[in-house]
Amino acid sequence: MEQLSTEGSLLSYTLRVNGRDRPVSDALIEENLLYVLRERLGLRGSKNACEQGECGACSVILDGRLECACTVLAASAVGREVVTVEGLTPDGDGLSDLQEAFLAEGAVQCGFCTPGLVVSVHDLLSRNPHPTELEIREAISGNLCRCTGYGRILAAVKVAEEMHQP
Amino acid sequence: MTTLDTLAEAGTTDRTAQGLGTSARRPDGRPKVRGQFAFSSDLEAKDMLWGQLLRSPHPSATIRHIDVSGAWRIPGVVSVLTADDVPGRSSYGLDYPDQPVFASDVARYAGEPVAAVAADHPVTARRAAEAIVVDYEVREPLTDSEAALTAEPIHPLGNELYRQTIRRGDPAATGVVSVEGHYETGMQDQAFMGPESGLAVPAADGGVDLYIATQWLHVDQDQIAACLGLPLDLVRVHLAGVGGAFGAREDLSMQVQLCLLALRSGRPVKIVYSREESFHGHVHRHPARMWYRHTADATGRLVSVEARILFDGGAYLSSSTAVTLNAACFANGPYKVPNAFVDCTAVRTNNPPCGAMRGFGAVQVCFAHEAQMDKLAAALSIDPVELRLLNAYAPGDELIIGQVLTGTAPVAEVIRACAAAPLPPGSPDTVPELALPGGAGRTAERRRVRRGVGFAVGFKNLMFSAGFDDYSTARCRLEDGQVTITTAAVEVGQGLVTLIQQIARDVLGVDEVALGEAATVGIGSAGSTSASRQSWMTGGAVDSACRTVRERLLSSIAQRFEVPRAGLELASGRVVSADGSFNVSLSEAAAGEVLEETAVFRHPGTAELDENGQGDAHVSFAFAAHRAVVDVDLDLGLVKVVEVATVQDVGRVLNPVQLLGQLEGGISQGVGFAVMEEIVLDKGKVRNPSFTDYIIPTALDMPPVRVEALIEQPEPGSPLGAKGAGEPPSISSTAAVVAAIRNATGLELARTPVRPQDIALALAGQPSEGAGEAPATPSPAKEAMP
Amino acid sequence: MLERSPEAELLAGGTDFMVEVNAGLRRPSAVLCLGRIPEIAGWRREDGHVVLGAGLTYTEMMEPELAGLVPGLARAARTVGSPQIRNAGTVGGNLGTASPAGDSLPLLAALEATVVVGHLAGTRRTLSLSQLLTGPKRTSLEPGEIILEVRVPANFGTQEFLKVGTRNAMVIAVASVAVVVDWVGHGVRIALGSAGPVVIRATDAEELAESRIDWEERRLAAGEDDLSDFVDLVRAAARPIDDHRSTAQYRRHAVGVCAERALRRAFQGDDRKEEPWSS
Repeated sequence: MEQLSTEGSLLSYTLRVNGRDRPVSDALIEENLLYVLRERLGLRGSKNACEQGECGACSVILDGRLECACTVLAASAVGREVVTVEGLTPDGDGLSDLQEAFLAEGAVQCGFCTPGLVVSVHDLLSRNPHPTELEIREAISGNLCRCTGYGRILAAVKVAEEMHQP
Repeated sequence: MTTLDTLAEAGTTDRTAQGLGTSARRPDGRPKVRGQFAFSSDLEAKDMLWGQLLRSPHPSATIRHIDVSGAWRIPGVVSVLTADDVPGRSSYGLDYPDQPVFASDVARYAGEPVAAVAADHPVTARRAAEAIVVDYEVREPLTDSEAALTAEPIHPLGNELYRQTIRRGDPAATGVVSVEGHYETGMQDQAFMGPESGLAVPAADGGVDLYIATQWLHVDQDQIAACLGLPLDLVRVHLAGVGGAFGAREDLSMQVQLCLLALRSGRPVKIVYSREESFHGHVHRHPARMWYRHTADATGRLVSVEARILFDGGAYLSSSTAVTLNAACFANGPYKVPNAFVDCTAVRTNNPPCGAMRGFGAVQVCFAHEAQMDKLAAALSIDPVELRLLNAYAPGDELIIGQVLTGTAPVAEVIRACAAAPLPPGSPDTVPELALPGGAGRTAERRRVRRGVGFAVGFKNLMFSAGFDDYSTARCRLEDGQVTITTAAVEVGQGLVTLIQQIARDVLGVDEVALGEAATVGIGSAGSTSASRQSWMTGGAVDSACRTVRERLLSSIAQRFEVPRAGLELASGRVVSADGSFNVSLSEAAAGEVLEETAVFRHPGTAELDENGQGDAHVSFAFAAHRAVVDVDLDLGLVKVVEVATVQDVGRVLNPVQLLGQLEGGISQGVGFAVMEEIVLDKGKVRNPSFTDYIIPTALDMPPVRVEALIEQPEPGSPLGAKGAGEPPSISSTAAVVAAIRNATGLELARTPVRPQDIALALAGQPSEGAGEAPATPSPAKEAMP
Repeated sequence: MLERSPEAELLAGGTDFMVEVNAGLRRPSAVLCLGRIPEIAGWRREDGHVVLGAGLTYTEMMEPELAGLVPGLARAARTVGSPQIRNAGTVGGNLGTASPAGDSLPLLAALEATVVVGHLAGTRRTLSLSQLLTGPKRTSLEPGEIILEVRVPANFGTQEFLKVGTRNAMVIAVASVAVVVDWVGHGVRIALGSAGPVVIRATDAEELAESRIDWEERRLAAGEDDLSDFVDLVRAAARPIDDHRSTAQYRRHAVGVCAERALRRAFQGDDRKEEPWSS
């Protein structure tokens, strides 16, 4: 098992985020992945709404598994593939089909929960391309939204799902 | 689900068209889905410090001494502040400045700020705040709202925050049927997703630029400047991205402390609340204890309504005045009653301060008046919907404050249409297992799940009331064919930014509409994003400014191009004459011209209420009905809300998909308040300041919303014909869900939120503490009523 | 690594540990990331038992092959948190945190699971659940020890798990009940969660239930309509408290309701359709 390099009580390590190696230096051991993504790597798409894993606003995909970045010790993500909302967003000004569906169906109000939902729904559709309504609800049950009541979000997922009909 | 089909009948389904009545896309949507939208917590500045507040853990304590030396000893700490460091006015408040920036001699609620620190890392700032030693002499807190009026004052201004009395008609009048009840509503929280956060940057001119998520830039500016002892123009408040509000950002949170840290340290300072701090850091919905008595004649016509309502306002005034006034005005619900005697009082306690939350007093009284109407219907053996129709307001009727409904009031239409919604298919025997009460916990036995249906109607005012001079300001600028609209109006997610573009598109015939920065710099107030007022007020200001620019532009073009002014129109980015002979692009026709107009929009004045609570205090009203279907596990008391159907009086549909978002979102908050949401207090301390234990509906809890119809009767006086739509969905939805649970269980259920034990133990024959027991609400004190 | 840094704190899925760190309640100077240890990941079969690695996640517990061998655990796993939490949270973490509301604990107790604990000195010991869980959020783990694996019997009887919560996802159990009916050994095990400082086996209720079962016919014997005496014994075994989530009175009531329902379901066999899992 590797031991990360330390300078006093500060750590330096490299994370692989959205397909690129990203160095982190002089980090406190207790920093969670959400903090490192946002404050050290400038990837502010993932949001902090609870820091308890209760709201899903910080959802990322770690080695193919949907997780809350706030419950991941950043240093423990060394050697794992991290995908954030930025990694699911086309370069330039483009939108993924899912993002387009969110806009078309009015699934975005304040937008704080939106990045986490984009990640969670992407994870769902990559494993279950044609989910039932109940399956969608269960898949996003870890993403709290206070503005929408989830109605337009469900509509957006259905539109996105239909976009990929064979 | 038929909702979008229904909306299609109301407006156009053409999603690519962009003017009023279309589901135009929100301009901030693209950055939001890409994760690039800058919320207040995403801001940063060079050389930035992180701030942290220290809060009192005690609901009531004398502060004997504050020793900040421990904080200063921590490397990386740059600034430490207490009450002595506040240069200007030591307190603030929306209505009256009764709330200290920092508690100095006494802490009045658990969570009250006592000190602030700025340091080079957020963890350092937190540790430094923890290192401050406050010598508290803990006192017994005043936490019972009933005791507050006779208890020792816990504030120099006393324990009565506000009292609104309404006396209408004959106190002796009574009908042959009488129903009474004690009702209680708990403390709901707005629970927005984006925690409080801001960035303050000290400026070379000795002032400060504050980037903050809030609800009203100019009222923040007033209070901040007063506390900082600075002139207004040195306090520049800029709107940062807001992650939801629902009333919780109307009061100041960190604004003064943050600006002070920045000015003192000479560096930008950022504060982001943790979720736990957020629960302590904003006002909540007033818990209420209510006693009601309705009497009616044998046909069910209301003869009298008496109500005594007690709001726990917590430690500071906030907007308790207006909440109390509103609750009193709407205490009887949207029903005619010739005799009404209402006494609504908000008191001060050492509980957390309460203030604005979506619905603003109407939610609490609606819970009570709808329960009363159902009781009355049962007593008379009349159908509950018929009873409501019999008494429903119609245009020309008088409210209990004597104000005549001069605008639209399609209450009967709303009720009929909602009651006519077909019930959802299925039953507890047929729904999938995961959809039964208890969900994946698999606790339900189908034969012990009972379905219930409940109906409720509610209303409240739109805009501010009782003589408040409310206005909004907007600027339209047309330069080289490019339109820019600037307001200080706050977008909290509701879609005002979309509406502004839609208005400008229609009036000026353009597609592209740029939006200027929302800030206090260079433009006047747009008023609060609250009271369901922005579509009307800022919509009106934008419309007015654009129309003036349009007029000036067309006159100027007519003159310069020597064409008749009459018949000139703007459409699709072009200037065209009616006969088609003149057809020039706007950018060409307006080349080199800069037209700018700032409009201030005011609504007609309102009056204060007199000593009997009579007066034309409100501008307009909106009505909504909800019908809830629930499945209840009779033995465990778990509730699954199956569907909420609704009809709402909206005046005019400005943007179908955004309107639907307001209805669904407001209903989700109503559902939450019916079955799961409550701040739990223990002698003034919040027991559940987290999303683990303050639970809001997840996607597995929130039912589909069926918008059965939208009633569009354009409201005279509303500049676009529309009525604000944000609050009505959250007013009667709670009452409808609880009514449905009563229908399923046969229980009285006098309190919301309903807890599993309130159902399960009552049905098992062992009532639990605090369940529908009549709380000792103020009974009609004869000396208080005429 | 524990040798070099014996003060190193143990981190599995992070769903408990990191919440404390984020709140400033835990300030580790060294952390041992158990997710990196392949020996405690996953699960395996071992002579009639299933050995669950301490690093086994709730999502893995729900996967069809394992769910087929320990169906009650799969049911319990589905009630945990959310997809995000289920992907990260582990059985070892659930045991190590030892919350009275731990969702895997009642079922493990009802299966009479044994826990293998390893010490950095190389020794191992095997504990029952009651030996491991000594109080609310307290275990008998010594410094230098980590939970390695949990052994449960494979295909053991009929397993039921019911969890009462005030919303349908991301909810701490207000009360939970696991019931295991051992058709071979003619035994009934009933474990109560969130009804006491640790998981409780309602042994008196178990004995009564055993006596009321016609093992030959695999059904509840005469008088099966009235299980109120059984329910009373379940309730008597509970030692619940009042807290901000619920009341002792309700919890006591609820475990009785759930135990009866769970017991009856054990006899419904294949007639009771199982809902398909979403992944």
